[in-house]
Amino acid sequence: MSYLNLQQVALGYGNARTAVEGLDLAVQRGELISLLGPSGCGKTTTMRAIAGLIDLRAGRITLDGRDISRLPPNKRDIGLVFQSYALFPHLNVFDNVAFGLRLRKVPAAELRQRVEKVIAAVGLSGFEARLPAQMSGGQQQRVALARAIVIEPKLLLLDEPLSNLDAKLRVQMRAELRRIQRELGITMLYVTHDQDEALAMSDRIVVMNSGKIEQLDTPEQLFNAPRTRFVANFMGFENLFDYRHGQLHGAAGQLPLAGLPANTACAGWRVQQVQVGSGPYEGRVLSRGFLGEHVEYLLQTALGEVRGMAPAAQASAREGDTVRFDLPVQDALALAA
Amino acid sequence: MKQGLFPRVVLWAVMLFLLGPFIIVFLAGFSGGETLAFPPPSYSRRWIVSVLQAEEFRQAFGTSLQIGLLATVIALLLGVPVAYAMSRMPPPGMAVIKQVLTSPLIIPAMLVGLGLLRHFVLLVDAPVFLGLLIGHVGLLTPYAVRVVYSSLANLRVDIEEAAITLGATRLQTFRLVVLPNIRGAVIAAFFLAFVTSFNQVPVSLFLTGPGISTLPIEMLGHMENSFDPSIAALSTLLVLFTMAFVLVTEKVLGISKYM
Repeated sequence: MSYLNLQQVALGYGNARTAVEGLDLAVQRGELISLLGPSGCGKTTTMRAIAGLIDLRAGRITLDGRDISRLPPNKRDIGLVFQSYALFPHLNVFDNVAFGLRLRKVPAAELRQRVEKVIAAVGLSGFEARLPAQMSGGQQQRVALARAIVIEPKLLLLDEPLSNLDAKLRVQMRAELRRIQRELGITMLYVTHDQDEALAMSDRIVVMNSGKIEQLDTPEQLFNAPRTRFVANFMGFENLFDYRHGQLHGAAGQLPLAGLPANTACAGWRVQQVQVGSGPYEGRVLSRGFLGEHVEYLLQTALGEVRGMAPAAQASAREGDTVRFDLPVQDALALAA
Repeated sequence: MKQGLFPRVVLWAVMLFLLGPFIIVFLAGFSGGETLAFPPPSYSRRWIVSVLQAEEFRQAFGTSLQIGLLATVIALLLGVPVAYAMSRMPPPGMAVIKQVLTSPLIIPAMLVGLGLLRHFVLLVDAPVFLGLLIGHVGLLTPYAVRVVYSSLANLRVDIEEAAITLGATRLQTFRLVVLPNIRGAVIAAFFLAFVTSFNQVPVSLFLTGPGISTLPIEMLGHMENSFDPSIAALSTLLVLFTMAFVLVTEKVLGISKYM
């Protein structure tokens, strides 16, 4: 049996419709697993249910072999890092981090040593006496992390912890989080709507949509072999078309394409897989964007809108020009019905 | 920015309007004459000394202080949990509850006093002190709820959730996380409630009785019977007492941030 198990979990708020339904999830000890999906897909709701902040409507959650479905949140030993950090504004860094240990009546000497060790691990030594309001977002983020890991939780939940940081710091903190997770061997459930973040950090990724799991896979599998249209779109297959009887069906019309497996229901290409400049099809340039080595095109075609690329050296077409393009069959992502 | 003359004139006019009556009372309190008059014919401390020595005023001051402190503490003990419940688990019909809790601020206090007298004190023959206390608690609780509620409404809920996931019980969360962050509002509510009780006339008018009277009621009674400057002297002392109270609280706790 896995370390963390969700079995047929259903969740919702108040009288509203269920936000999550029939969710099954198994997480191994020491794993970093991401819940990835657009806002409103149920990922944060799921995380809050694991923490015990909302009640289950149905189903069961077990952690380390114990049923925690009815256990109050303060007895679960689950750390939670909030998107908003949720630091205690009246306490300084040391006291924020020490909060959980004081509740556990850890002796003063051990408490000081453990708190200082964790503060050092997140790179905030020397900031112990600062109040949250006197720190930057990135520093507050580290305090929130330190506060959650110092109690050595059985499970660490992170709710979009990096979304309030600027782009550069976000990339830096990804590596940092990953390092801390490896060093402590802590099991981590990471909620995010940013696929780059999920791909870069996770052992496995759960893609959620409308309260259900679309696909659970390793980052490589998810990126290269998405199994549903939704996941394919989320993983960058922006050109997705229905496929029937050797024809691609788009919003505007059809184009013939031979060579896809017979059971294909949907075919997809990333922007960089669609070659603009040569090929069997024609389209009119709606807009172009210069990306350095490449130029990205938005084309109006018989299918509807198609996004493609051309090497910058050969990209002479302007808005309004008619260009040729190809949807290479060997690169196509073919989704069965 | 260049400061115009007009705002300064307005400022001084308002200051004069607010402080003018007090200046007159203050000077009248140090009168050397036999009747309340302004300007006083001469100046002395005799009425100040006489007021400080008057047994009925000392007793009434004691009663006012006791009622004020007790009623304020009880109002806070009732009001803080109510405010917390209102902000964290808004019950159905929240608008009605808010209205009810504000009603003592709208209903004339005299009605409250009369109602309490007719239907509580006379009915069950309640002791005067108890009647006064209940009247004041009823009057002060809405203040406590209002002030504390607005502070709680601005306090983020996620810090409470953070405390709970770190292992705190509901009660520990309230004591260690909520209370320290609404401390200022609680102090402000305490101050507001105490001063309100201490200066209360309409409710107390009906509920004071033989042997037990609050200071404002005692002063009212005194004024009806004699027209000497002792009332002015007492008012001066009270204003000084309140100012000292404000200054000390402000120095120690910095309440002006919250009011």
